[in-house]
Amino acid sequence: MMAESFVKSATKPSLESLIRLLALLAGVALLVVGLLFPLLTMLIKSLQDRAGDFIGLANFAHYFQTPTLVNSIANSLRVALMTTGVVVGLAFLCAYGITRTCMPGKRLFRMLAILPILAPSLLPAISLVYLFGNQGFLRDLLAGQSVYGPIGIVMGMSFWIFPHALMLLTTALTNSDARLYEAADALGTPKWRTFLTITLPGVRYGLISCLFVVFTLAITDFGVPKIIGGQFSVLATDVYRQVVGQQNFQMGAVVSVILLLPAVLSFIVDRWIQRRQVAQLSARAVPWQPSPSPLRDWIFTLLCYTVAGVILLVIGTAVYASLIQFWPYNLSFTLEHYTFQGMADGGWGAWFNSLKLAFSVALVGTLVIFFNAWLIEKSEGYRPLRQGLHFMAMLPMAVPGMVLGLAYIFFFNQAGNPLNWLYSTMVILVLNTLVHFYTVCHLTSVTALKQLDPEFEAVGASLKVPFWTTFSRITLPVSLPAVLDISVYLFVNAMTTVSAVVFLYNSDTRLASVAVLHLDEAGYFASAAAMAVLIFLTSLVVKLLHAVLTHVLLNNAQRWRLVS
Amino acid sequence: MMPRRLFPSTLLAGAAVALASNAQATELTVYTAVESDDLQKYAERFSAAHPDIDINWVRDSTGVITARLLAEKDNPQADVIWGLAATSLLVLEEEGMLERYAPAGVENLDPKFVDVAYRDGEDPAWVGMDAWVAAICYNTIEGERQGVPMPTSWEALTQPEFEGHVIMPNPNSSGTGYLDVASWLQLWEEDQGWDYMDRLHSNIARYTHSGSAPCSLAATGETVVGVSFAFRGARLKSQGAPIEVIFPEEGLGWDMEAAAIMAGTDKLEAAKTLMDWAISREANELYNEGYAVVAYPGVAQPIDNYPADITDLMIDADFQWAAVNRERVLAEWQRRYDGKTEQ
Repeated sequence: MMAESFVKSATKPSLESLIRLLALLAGVALLVVGLLFPLLTMLIKSLQDRAGDFIGLANFAHYFQTPTLVNSIANSLRVALMTTGVVVGLAFLCAYGITRTCMPGKRLFRMLAILPILAPSLLPAISLVYLFGNQGFLRDLLAGQSVYGPIGIVMGMSFWIFPHALMLLTTALTNSDARLYEAADALGTPKWRTFLTITLPGVRYGLISCLFVVFTLAITDFGVPKIIGGQFSVLATDVYRQVVGQQNFQMGAVVSVILLLPAVLSFIVDRWIQRRQVAQLSARAVPWQPSPSPLRDWIFTLLCYTVAGVILLVIGTAVYASLIQFWPYNLSFTLEHYTFQGMADGGWGAWFNSLKLAFSVALVGTLVIFFNAWLIEKSEGYRPLRQGLHFMAMLPMAVPGMVLGLAYIFFFNQAGNPLNWLYSTMVILVLNTLVHFYTVCHLTSVTALKQLDPEFEAVGASLKVPFWTTFSRITLPVSLPAVLDISVYLFVNAMTTVSAVVFLYNSDTRLASVAVLHLDEAGYFASAAAMAVLIFLTSLVVKLLHAVLTHVLLNNAQRWRLVS
Repeated sequence: MMPRRLFPSTLLAGAAVALASNAQATELTVYTAVESDDLQKYAERFSAAHPDIDINWVRDSTGVITARLLAEKDNPQADVIWGLAATSLLVLEEEGMLERYAPAGVENLDPKFVDVAYRDGEDPAWVGMDAWVAAICYNTIEGERQGVPMPTSWEALTQPEFEGHVIMPNPNSSGTGYLDVASWLQLWEEDQGWDYMDRLHSNIARYTHSGSAPCSLAATGETVVGVSFAFRGARLKSQGAPIEVIFPEEGLGWDMEAAAIMAGTDKLEAAKTLMDWAISREANELYNEGYAVVAYPGVAQPIDNYPADITDLMIDADFQWAAVNRERVLAEWQRRYDGKTEQ
């Protein structure tokens, strides 16, 4: 049947395959225009002087001769490694608790653990000041150390990166083969030994992949170090200092290139590991079910709920901050900060813009990214195009937001660029946000599509059904849970993103996430906290709707999944 | 017969004209760093005088707006800049991005507030609005609790009792930070200026990226002393922060907020109208609601939290010097203080 359909499509270079080619080209064009060209425009700056003349690697030479700049490399590595250690360590234990123990309240814990993703990065920064600042009610816990510096950076980053690591490790630990554990048990192997020889090797790829994702997120993050980092400079804040403080775009580009290196490196290693992962899971594996063990279960319950408690404490502190008059000197409660008097035309307008952006990105982004992933996974032919598209889809994760934002100005605002009309519209914000968060959505799509039997396409083709009918009637509905995941991920990130869009918004496209930054800068801390809480609540509502929708869908349209 | 038919049609025509003129209201894109809590007021006052021009604001901090303007140089989006540091406008002028124009009545302004080229008979590239003055924010509650006296001079900040209690903006990240450094170098001889900063450095708890942050941190008791600017201090004080805004006796560095037309704007007439209004007496009265020193002589009324003699304290600032020497001064500052910033 397969062979037959191949023959047919080969002998008949139909309109259909032409459309498929055009769709692929459109996908490639989107990422070339939305990612490659802007990045190249930016990177070329690193080889130019201020007048725009080509000067080779002179900027890089200057960079490496400036000790304060080079220092930031070590600083960045230090905080990124510390964050990776803290986050992956905790996330591994919590993921183990979820997948390998019978601790109570797993579902509740998973819901609480996901909360940090819903908040803008300024929220933990504000909370950390209230908790551990010189007036903070927990400052004694730091034993005289200042929160403004590496400690604060590591705490703030750990807060928002933790959910990412937990999701990855939970997935890794879920895939286990009960037969191995039964064998170990039958041979009387001690528990610690089983852990070292079966559990760890089984998750090593997931674990290493998680290490790199966390490291990349930590080293490219700008929001936390800017607010709470004090004068501890890291690469991401150096870009800010060069570009915003000194308007030295060339040196900013140099730092961006250097910032790309560790991210690209970890990305390559991660790809390499992912490729070897494929052979890991055998089709005959039997899922392992934990059996109750009171002591172990209680230890993990205690651990997981301590983590959840910390998360709630940080979020609760921000809510508290938004409700009191003037911290720490006037602690009476008020709702006044939610009127956003520090904003020119009210903060609610910015909030509404953010909603528009988030819905647009979620709608357009989900369709585009999933369709592209489908073209890559489920088409035959045009191999170079499909591989090129896949490579570009993997790239955005390594690009810091601020670099992407500036790159957009340089590229889209060029006088001769035919896409110039996009500049300073909502469209460019949508495109930028879509590209910025492309990678994770792409990976989710690919994973979902890999689970689908290729026979669907083959049968569709042999029945002479055009590919878009197969896509819209079968592939899309069947993959609905993954598609919903992607749209929520895009929505939440569009609500909270700052670093790229701060260079691109316009008078009628001001965003809530940028407003948090402005309010904080202008000394309206409580209003800044209020806006951060508002963004958090909006994302929370959407996330809850998503949970309900997924539940309903799984019960109805996706009943086959439950049966199998 | 005729008049009766004419009547409704003239009405319609009249309505059409009214609609058309409304639709034709010129839209000006204005880039600004004016505090966002003031922006609404600025727009309302202007449109009361000129309802035929609509302002579309793009507002961000001084650094971000300047970076955006420079990045957009090939294809400027702004028609007018209204409310950006003169030192930033000097950079833009050097890049040839400003349109020279002498707003009607520019001769009425204090010459200090007008581009020096005007004195040489050229049209000015920019005109000032108000002065933006360095100041110290001092938290009275924390000062008493931690035994840190209220400083009255820059020199006082180098005394041992201030060790670890002073925060100032990093001049490499913040325009306010550079304003402080440049003013100390101009106030004293350069050697003495660096010597002062050497001594100050050992008392600094940390350098921040934002110019208003030190004052905000003093307001919430995160530090006792924040080197910042007067406007932010006065605002925070009226929000209920337990701070005193202190104007050191040696003299105050300052920059001005200024306005300019972007070269190449296709709305030159409307831009000129805005510039004419931006230097008017009425506009200066508006600026005076937040700033104690404005460009139009005789307008300024004393305002809350500012001393009456503030103009006497403002140093004879040389913006050209500050602009020309910026790269050199910042490099020297980095060499001296940035290397040892990690604890």
